[in-house]
Amino acid sequence: MHDLRLGRGLILYVVGACLVLVLPIAILVVLAFGDQSYLRFPPQSFSLRWFIAFFGDPRWQRALWSSLLIAAIACAIATVLGFFAAYALVRSDMRHKKLLLSFMLLPIIVPYVITAIAMYFVSAPLHLVGNVVWIGVCHAVIALPIVLLILLSSLQGVDLNLERAALSLGSSRVRVFTRVVVPLALPGIVSSALFAFLASFDELVISLFLAGVRSETLPVRIWNSLHLQVEPVIAAVSAFLIGVTAAVLLLDGAVRQARSNKTARLRAIA
Amino acid sequence: MVDPARRHPFDAGTMLIVPAVLLLALVFVAPLLWFFAKALASQGGPAQIVAYVATIVTSKAVVSALILTNWTALLVTGLVLLISYPLAYTLANSRGMRFTLVLFCVVVPYFTSIIVRTYSWMVLLGRNGIVNQALIQLGLIDTPLTLLYSMTGVLIGMVYVLLPYMVLTLYATMRSIDPGLMRAARGLGAGGFYAFRRIYLPLSIHGVLSGSLIVFILALGFFITPALMGGPSDVMIAMLVERSVEIMYDWSAAAVMSLVLLVATLVLYGVYYRTTDVRRMMGA
Repeated sequence: MHDLRLGRGLILYVVGACLVLVLPIAILVVLAFGDQSYLRFPPQSFSLRWFIAFFGDPRWQRALWSSLLIAAIACAIATVLGFFAAYALVRSDMRHKKLLLSFMLLPIIVPYVITAIAMYFVSAPLHLVGNVVWIGVCHAVIALPIVLLILLSSLQGVDLNLERAALSLGSSRVRVFTRVVVPLALPGIVSSALFAFLASFDELVISLFLAGVRSETLPVRIWNSLHLQVEPVIAAVSAFLIGVTAAVLLLDGAVRQARSNKTARLRAIA
Repeated sequence: MVDPARRHPFDAGTMLIVPAVLLLALVFVAPLLWFFAKALASQGGPAQIVAYVATIVTSKAVVSALILTNWTALLVTGLVLLISYPLAYTLANSRGMRFTLVLFCVVVPYFTSIIVRTYSWMVLLGRNGIVNQALIQLGLIDTPLTLLYSMTGVLIGMVYVLLPYMVLTLYATMRSIDPGLMRAARGLGAGGFYAFRRIYLPLSIHGVLSGSLIVFILALGFFITPALMGGPSDVMIAMLVERSVEIMYDWSAAAVMSLVLLVATLVLYGVYYRTTDVRRMMGA
């Protein structure tokens, strides 16, 4: 297929819009490598000074560990439960499927502020504020819809006949699940896990209410520092978060690439 | 038809949805219900609660926050739609390198943390920020503009954060429009704009509606960007909710305002549910 010919004005507009979309993020990354004690573009000289300040500060370090731990917990819970739920939604003949799904997508529709306050309201009397595991569970609620959306489309691509064949050949239900369904859906599972991790790692509002002083995450510390001043170390932390996003997107791309190569090979054999 | 693989083994599959539903019921729905019930019950019996809700909803702070929130969300949705439509159109009519590049430019901000995206615009829009410096050097202005900590800043920040949702939703619709239709119309003598207005726009209107709905819903409940980029008087409803808890410790007022915002969100989500395939949400 050929590209539709687009007018010169449209091309010019799209180039401009794309620059406006990417430049703020690119400039921030460049600034993070600057050497001055205030943000100035373009930087006079470059250094890793602000990254060293970030990784050397025990408070930022603790925030990094809290973020990683919470995201790992949220990712594990959301991916496993989301995979089961997506499988049930795709494969079974239950009624009101659409209604059930739109209920399960509610956490990304309801304003985070409301969810966060309600979660804080029940967490405080139970002394769960600042509890890393609990914050992970709460983040899993936010990550679940993302896992569902990714896995629904990826499970739809898994041929039901393969499961029927395995079942009719005498495999148990559990065995079909672990030996047929999971391997076939693996690329989708990996990519949903990546985005679930990212959703929690980047989440601010719920962490803001639930973290307390004990388990500040990176976004919460950025938020708290922003109210004081626009210091360059925040640029370094932001650049780090952008790096994590880039890593997730690259890994996801690699997974997709591997899957399409595999499909192409299988097609070639057939 | 008796299909062994479709009978009861798949009923067992249905049970697999239970853990996820339990998680949402216990950690999402229950806290919301408990919060609304407790925070409102502290005001007394039903009559007192109704009176209290009326006082809060008609109070000057809440009314002006609601008006500002609505206008902002409406304006942001309109701007996002105008900016996104040509982008999505280009995406839908490109292959290869051009497609990958445009998609990259939309997806990178989409998956970057909202606080990082907001911060990047705070750096650009500050009094001595890059935008002001560039405008002064170009000789367009003499004194720096107040871009940050104003409604202008809020609009720029929100449009930037919400743009990818619209582009991806529009693209999902436009992808299935046959480009041959436009070519046929042009071949039959229709002008470019006429063909667009009579053919492409009606075919893409569904994406326009569902994209606008999702952006409007998200804009209504926006908190981070307006809180960081707005001026002291630019208080949106979500910020008012946060403040009444963090600063005033007024849980009842927070509950009433949350309820108003939640009802508005759910009604709009209901419309979205009626008109759109929810599986396509967020351009999945």
